[in-house]
Amino acid sequence: MLLIRRFEERLLEEFSSGKLAGTTHAYIGQEANAVGIFDVLHKDDIIFSNHRCHGHYLAYGGDPYLLAAEVMGKSTGLVGGRGGSQHIHLRNFYSNGIQGGIVPIATGMALAEKYIKSKRITLVFLGDGTLGQGIIYESFNFASLWNIPVLFVVENNRYAQTTPIEIAVAGNIPDRFKAFGINTWECNSTDVVKIREDSEQAVNFVRSNMQPAGLILQTYRFAAHSKGDDFRKPEEIASNKKSDPLLIHGNRLEKTDREMAESEITWIINEAFSRADQDPYPGSNNLPPILL
Amino acid sequence: MTTVLQHLTDGLTRSMEGDKRVFLLGEDLLDPYGGAFKVTRGISTRFPERVLTTPISEAAIVGIATGMAMRGLRPVVEIMFGDFVTLIMDQVINHASKFRWVYNNNVSVPIVVRTPMGGRRGYGPTHSQSLEKLFLGIPGVRVLAPNTIGDPALLLQNAIADDDPVVFIEHKLLYACHRLEIGKGDLVDGEVEQFGERYPTYNIRFSSKPQISIATYGYNFEIVRKVALEVLYEREIFTEIIVFSQLSPFNLMPLAESLSKSHHLLTVEEGSSNLGWGSEIAARIAESDLNNVKIRRVGALDFPIANTKTLEDLILPSQSVIKKAIYDLME
Ligand SMILES: Cc1ncc(C[n+]2csc(CCOP(=O)(O)OP(=O)(O)O)c2C)c(N)n1
Ligand SMILES: [Mg+2]
Repeated sequence: MLLIRRFEERLLEEFSSGKLAGTTHAYIGQEANAVGIFDVLHKDDIIFSNHRCHGHYLAYGGDPYLLAAEVMGKSTGLVGGRGGSQHIHLRNFYSNGIQGGIVPIATGMALAEKYIKSKRITLVFLGDGTLGQGIIYESFNFASLWNIPVLFVVENNRYAQTTPIEIAVAGNIPDRFKAFGINTWECNSTDVVKIREDSEQAVNFVRSNMQPAGLILQTYRFAAHSKGDDFRKPEEIASNKKSDPLLIHGNRLEKTDREMAESEITWIINEAFSRADQDPYPGSNNLPPILL
Repeated sequence: MTTVLQHLTDGLTRSMEGDKRVFLLGEDLLDPYGGAFKVTRGISTRFPERVLTTPISEAAIVGIATGMAMRGLRPVVEIMFGDFVTLIMDQVINHASKFRWVYNNNVSVPIVVRTPMGGRRGYGPTHSQSLEKLFLGIPGVRVLAPNTIGDPALLLQNAIADDDPVVFIEHKLLYACHRLEIGKGDLVDGEVEQFGERYPTYNIRFSSKPQISIATYGYNFEIVRKVALEVLYEREIFTEIIVFSQLSPFNLMPLAESLSKSHHLLTVEEGSSNLGWGSEIAARIAESDLNNVKIRRVGALDFPIANTKTLEDLILPSQSVIKKAIYDLME
């Protein structure tokens, strides 16, 4: 969680100092979600992530250097600078930048794994705002009808960019799953231990029943949606910071352990960024025709 | 004699026989109905676990197929009418077509989206269009259309064996057509030259010195070859017909070779010709080092396709409109 926090802080710094171009969506405040869930996944389970994918990627065990290089657009990046912040791939981890469009794809991946009897399950991330996309309900319908082992994880941080959930999401979220006969778990905590517990039930359900499930995580992001686009009340942000997942879990650790983690992670991130900084950009020799 | 429809069914069947990774997804595919245009008839009976009949969710069908493809299967999607491809555009453009390249060639997306296009059956504005032009020029998407000169079954099998997304355009009127045999019937004097193996282009000429090159594809080749015989008998105009199996990416060579002799180009498509396939061909010829090529484009007029036959006939390119374009061009 600390690695994600510091990595995202570093990226935001680099953006504001003008060293990085493009966009980014920080996972700051939501770290416990990915860390909690992934702890109960198997190593070869499949994850489809969205625009806010850095935290998911790091929790997956992805190398911070490869991601730093990717966001910098270097040829050594995760996907050679072709994808950048929102479009990355490593082993069974994928992400893409279109809200909701990845949901049928993750559903199809889970279906394929079911056909080849791999026992892998597939997990796909959605934000509260993405509940506005029609294609996710098409996917829920398929997942339920065809007993597809996919876990739909809704990270409800109560905002979609600048739009609060009250004016974007009608009714309540669990009902949207219930309508398709999909079992749903909800977690109302930012404590990674609690998130892990609730996720475990959902993940086990999907794996043992070979059926879809929903997992709704109530969460909050502390940074802007992207960069400099935060119009939320400072008091609201401040009061949510009282349940900062890093504080909650940090309190369980000895001070010396916290300091050690902090210095180790500072070192890892410095290494990652300074190494990536030296790397070359891809050149025109990397553009053969896409189809022959 | 075998119809294109039977050839396509055969192609699908052979692909499914030869490769257990091939799945079919689409609406109303199951026997006894076997799909709206019957291309999949019989297949669900032979391969019940691999033919997945779906709810009416075109976008998610293509998304699911994309996910299956990324995990090693080879799904073939049927979109019941080509008009409904508007619903799959985001999945094709922002997902399936991008993943291989954007993920630095670490994944592949071998999906085929088959769909019937075209009018002349009185189905009206939302069931008659030729919307393939929406897919042309999209990086990473291959667009194919079978014809009666080549082998539709093989073209489809090659599409299914392709490691990249393919949109496969089947004109509704082509289903009932028969494969031509060179040297017989309508092509009695024609000579056929084939360029390429996997997705061939065919140059069909009635003289070694053609006066006009007509670029077309799919069912419109059936109309064009009738016109070619008419202009030959009426005014002794020798045409060379260039039939494309692959519309995108575009391969100029066979057409350019023909134009280096004829210097007259006519493009014929059933989609609206405004900003269409023919426009791209015209632009490429203008940019090429061929000089003095006179060009005409024929396609649908810029209207929704009317239901009533009289208006539909006016809106879609007819034999007489194509003939007139040839005579204008040769003046
Ligand atoms: C189809 C589509 N529409 C709009 C956007 C622009 N966009 C990116 S993130 C975002 C907000 C998403 O909100 P939510 O689903 O709640 O996720 P969060 O950002 O809160 O994690 C928007 C509107 C997009 N990427 N894709
Ligand atoms: Mg949100």
